[in-house]
Amino acid sequence: MNLKINIGNLELKNPVLVASGTFGFGKEYSHYIDLDDLGGIMVKGLTLYPKEGNPPPRIYETPSGILNSVGLQNPGVDVFIKDELPFLNRFNTKVIANIAGETIEEFVSLAQKLNIDGVDALEINVSCPNVKEGGMSFGVDPNSVYAITKKVKQVSNKTVIVKLTPNVTDIKIYAKAAEDGGADAISLINTVTGMAIDINTRRPVFKNVFAGLSGPAIKPIALKNVYEAKRAVSIPVIGMGGISSAEDALEFMIAGATAVAVGTYNFISPTGSIDILEGIKKYMLRNSIFDVNQLINSINV
Amino acid sequence: MRYVVRENREITNGIYRLRLEFDGIPTPGQFIMINCGGNTLLKRPFSICDHDADEIAIVYRIKGKGTYNLSKVKALDTLEVTGPHGHGFDMFDKFNNILIVGGGIGIPPLLFLSKKLKSKNLKIALGFKSDVFLVDEFKKYGDVVIATEDGNTGIKGYVIDVMKGEIKDIDMIYGCGPMQMLKAVKDMAEEYDVPCQISVEEHMGCGIGACMVCACKTKTDSGFQYKKVCKDGPVFWSREVVF
Ligand SMILES: Cc1cc2nc3c(=O)[nH]c(=O)nc-3n(C[C@H](O)[C@H](O)[C@H](O)COP(=O)(O)OP(=O)(O)OC[C@H]3O[C@@H](n4cnc5c(N)ncnc54)[C@H](O)[C@@H]3O)c2cc1C
Ligand SMILES: Cc1cc2nc3c(=O)[nH]c(=O)nc-3n(C[C@H](O)[C@H](O)[C@H](O)COP(=O)(O)O)c2cc1C
Ligand code: FES
Repeated sequence: MNLKINIGNLELKNPVLVASGTFGFGKEYSHYIDLDDLGGIMVKGLTLYPKEGNPPPRIYETPSGILNSVGLQNPGVDVFIKDELPFLNRFNTKVIANIAGETIEEFVSLAQKLNIDGVDALEINVSCPNVKEGGMSFGVDPNSVYAITKKVKQVSNKTVIVKLTPNVTDIKIYAKAAEDGGADAISLINTVTGMAIDINTRRPVFKNVFAGLSGPAIKPIALKNVYEAKRAVSIPVIGMGGISSAEDALEFMIAGATAVAVGTYNFISPTGSIDILEGIKKYMLRNSIFDVNQLINSINV
Repeated sequence: MRYVVRENREITNGIYRLRLEFDGIPTPGQFIMINCGGNTLLKRPFSICDHDADEIAIVYRIKGKGTYNLSKVKALDTLEVTGPHGHGFDMFDKFNNILIVGGGIGIPPLLFLSKKLKSKNLKIALGFKSDVFLVDEFKKYGDVVIATEDGNTGIKGYVIDVMKGEIKDIDMIYGCGPMQMLKAVKDMAEEYDVPCQISVEEHMGCGIGACMVCACKTKTDSGFQYKKVCKDGPVFWSREVVF
């Protein structure tokens, strides 16, 4: 059975990744699963300087979903390289560094700092709804998506993935902007913006008022975005958003995703990513599919 | 991991004690995460209230749908559980006169702690709204004083008022309870210059230190830092915590 897939020049041993921000830097989950079994790890969003993030509360459960407002708390790219990357490099899996700049220049600096061994790809995060500077404000402007992608591609020797937000009217325009900027792949979706109100105080639950919705609640939205984006570009698409079972993952692949990332479901089940991979293998056996690539974009419409 | 429930019963109004087969080795102050089923998504955190050879107990209050579902679980049902998680209470040989302060549903982890510290001189101050629970078990390990808001049992008032009378000659304080209580405990510990650890709560995602949603504001030399309640805590030195 062949599970290998390609994202640009990068070969992944299988199509199951874990989504940025839901898996830290891998250490915690290594007590539950063998990180070698993952196709790749998209690490927590990295900023040029350490970032403390938003005041609590940062999470709120909604029907079949969660709203989060972490605000990119992370130790900064330098500490990541020094303290976190060596651990990840002990494993035979691909390391995808998720980067979040407040300005185009910061994206460039981040990409330069990450031109090092042990980092396999960059995921440009222009889609975080929880920060004031940068984040989603770039992701809802096709010109910014294009410009950031282009600048990062110019300085980076890594596979460059652009992570898109679903909070736009027409995802195809943004997918195309990333491709035109030279992206090797796109990933989607980041969280859907939402809010919650405490009816006793009549205040928004979150200090930032809006937060990002993830989990099963957003899966149909994500699937539609992946399907549409795939039809707008010829580069690979990494699909995510609510994936909680092998069946979910297969839907994304059939809709056009070359690989999938498991996010919120890691919280529900710390072995979830591997269970999903096993489920994909079983499906392939049952249906006599010997190469996982046969599944990609195999939708009958 | 799936574990078998051995008992789940109401011990007082809306408060339940659940005993569960368990093969981990917890320390006091650590917690488990339980998938409460139904239409809940995230697992819920519960402090470990007791531990014996192959079993743990938690004591919980019905708050919303997760704890409501949990209250319907029966002996021999199984639950999906992870843990033990987190950094619990630090215990020190050098300290002999210990004050334990608990309020409401923050009380359960202090029972496990008291059991581990039973060879010490323990003063235990417990505060409840009205109905009391676990009191007889605490009495096995130390002197117990009780405050209830309505005067139902013990002194009428707050646990912090009781604590004041007990703080003389104390080497170390441990506290768990509602935020206002913890703040008062912290303030009093600082006033009397007694080292103090408190267990704090925050809403959680992963429960294992990966997602950064369980932030607790702590003091540092250069300002402040958000630490993780699930991994760095839930127990912190009270001096560190910024309320
Ligand atoms: C370290 C720790 C130890 C705890 N130990 C105990 C215990 O021993 N006994 C006990 O009764 N309760 C304990 N709690 C509180 C318990 O986790 C909540 O009461 C429970 O999660 C409520 O779930 P629900 O679905 O019934 O309520 P809902 O309000 O419907 O829950 C909605 C969401 O908010 C979260 N949530 C709500 N209240 C809290 C809270 N106070 N703390 C953290 N998350 C919350 C839930 O987990 C869920 O994700 C502890 C909390 C923490 C952080
Ligand atoms: C707590 C949390 C933190 C996240 N942090 C990041 C981040 O740092 N960078 C990023 O690109 N996406 C981040 N995301 C978005 C996820 O990577 C993913 O795109 C989204 O949650 C949808 O997938 P899911 O429904 O499977 O979780 C975060 C999501 C959650 C729930
Ligand atoms: S709950 Fe995820 S880091 Fe604490």
